[in-house]
Amino acid sequence: MYGSTNLSEEDAKRMNTTVEDPEKLEAFESRIARGEKIEPQDWMPVEYRKQLIRMIEQHAHSEIVGALPEGTWITRAPNFRRKLALIAKVQDEIGHGQLLYSAAETLGKTREEMLNDLLSGKSKYSNVFNYPANTWADIAVIGFLVDGAAIVNQVINSKGSYGPYCRALERICYEESFHLKQGHDNVVYLATGTKHQRAILQDAINRWYIPLLHFFGPPDKMSAHSEKLMKWKVKLASNDDMRNQFLDQYVPKIWELDITFPDPNLKKNNDGFWEFSDPDWNEFKRVINGGGPCNAERIAVRKFAEEAGRWVRQALMNPTEKYVAPLA
Amino acid sequence: METLDPRIKRLSLEISTDVEKTNSHLITYEVFHQEKRGKHVMHVGIVHAPNPEMALVMAKEVFGRRGKTTNLWVVKTSDVYTFSLEDEDMFETTPEKHFRDPAYYKVRDRIEKFQNKNRV
Repeated sequence: MYGSTNLSEEDAKRMNTTVEDPEKLEAFESRIARGEKIEPQDWMPVEYRKQLIRMIEQHAHSEIVGALPEGTWITRAPNFRRKLALIAKVQDEIGHGQLLYSAAETLGKTREEMLNDLLSGKSKYSNVFNYPANTWADIAVIGFLVDGAAIVNQVINSKGSYGPYCRALERICYEESFHLKQGHDNVVYLATGTKHQRAILQDAINRWYIPLLHFFGPPDKMSAHSEKLMKWKVKLASNDDMRNQFLDQYVPKIWELDITFPDPNLKKNNDGFWEFSDPDWNEFKRVINGGGPCNAERIAVRKFAEEAGRWVRQALMNPTEKYVAPLA
Repeated sequence: METLDPRIKRLSLEISTDVEKTNSHLITYEVFHQEKRGKHVMHVGIVHAPNPEMALVMAKEVFGRRGKTTNLWVVKTSDVYTFSLEDEDMFETTPEKHFRDPAYYKVRDRIEKFQNKNRV
């Protein structure tokens, strides 16, 4: 997913051993239980702050890196209308990165630290952006299914407890709905087009199926849980529930076009849950940790932008100005 | 670098792991958005910028891409003066001030009582 809510073993352990002022903790938890939002100036547990920074930062990186595979297709869009929509979408993704970095900054980590951690590999981003966009059909599938998966995740997270993150997500979800519609339009055009158009669409779906299942993170039985993250409304739905919601919404929309998924076991059970073949979670771990087909390329491009733009930022900088964290 | 991407190929990037850290701490500006002439100007978020002019340019890209915009304001974050959230309780009695509420004033009952009494 965009910002993973899965804890490392070390974090899970710390989550249960960090001692907080019981009075403040109680006030904090009852505020969340009442459905109130936490704002940057409020007291918050150390682990709440830490996990939120990690999660929002990963989400922000995902937006920025996510624009790269799509951005390179702008010059090769099949017509002017598609090109306009793709430019707008890519610009939106960068704008979403800006909103999310701002939300993370309110928790005390500066934007520069986050960008440095992305380049050094210390911070992660979503698995899905480490796969290549071979053909125009990949752009259609990314716009429809990757953004569709992202929306499932983001709509749920926008009901969380941290005010600045929720506000950013509400705005993002509103804008993403255009991405989804133009992606669907694109997919439908290919699916109802020539034999070749249908073939490249089927090929793209075949390649994106596993990364999309991976997107929501490891199955609940495999991931380190934290009751606290649920209680603090940092995590709002389990990985399996979100994955199921995604399959329920999107699989029928692909099937109705007579396009298939490369999994004979994909089907909906009588109890409403989707079944599918095990998508090899070692592959997921490998890609998240830098071993995917495009990780090196993504970071190299991001690094080039950072270095090529440095002189501009330095020329504009006013060293007498003092940075303060944003207010809300 | 091996890539499918013609634009990336043209950059002829090399893969290296050494990163010169960026330290350009641009300051932040709070952004206010006005949808229509005559409407309130509302806070919508922040941008990073070296000066107010650039802040407006960035704000236009981040907050004025969609829908209607009449104007944007930017204010340096450090220039915003606020109450502390801890003092929230100073506003606690505000909702109890019913005498400031037009719905608090109900006279119809009294008028009807008065008219009934006079009729007898």
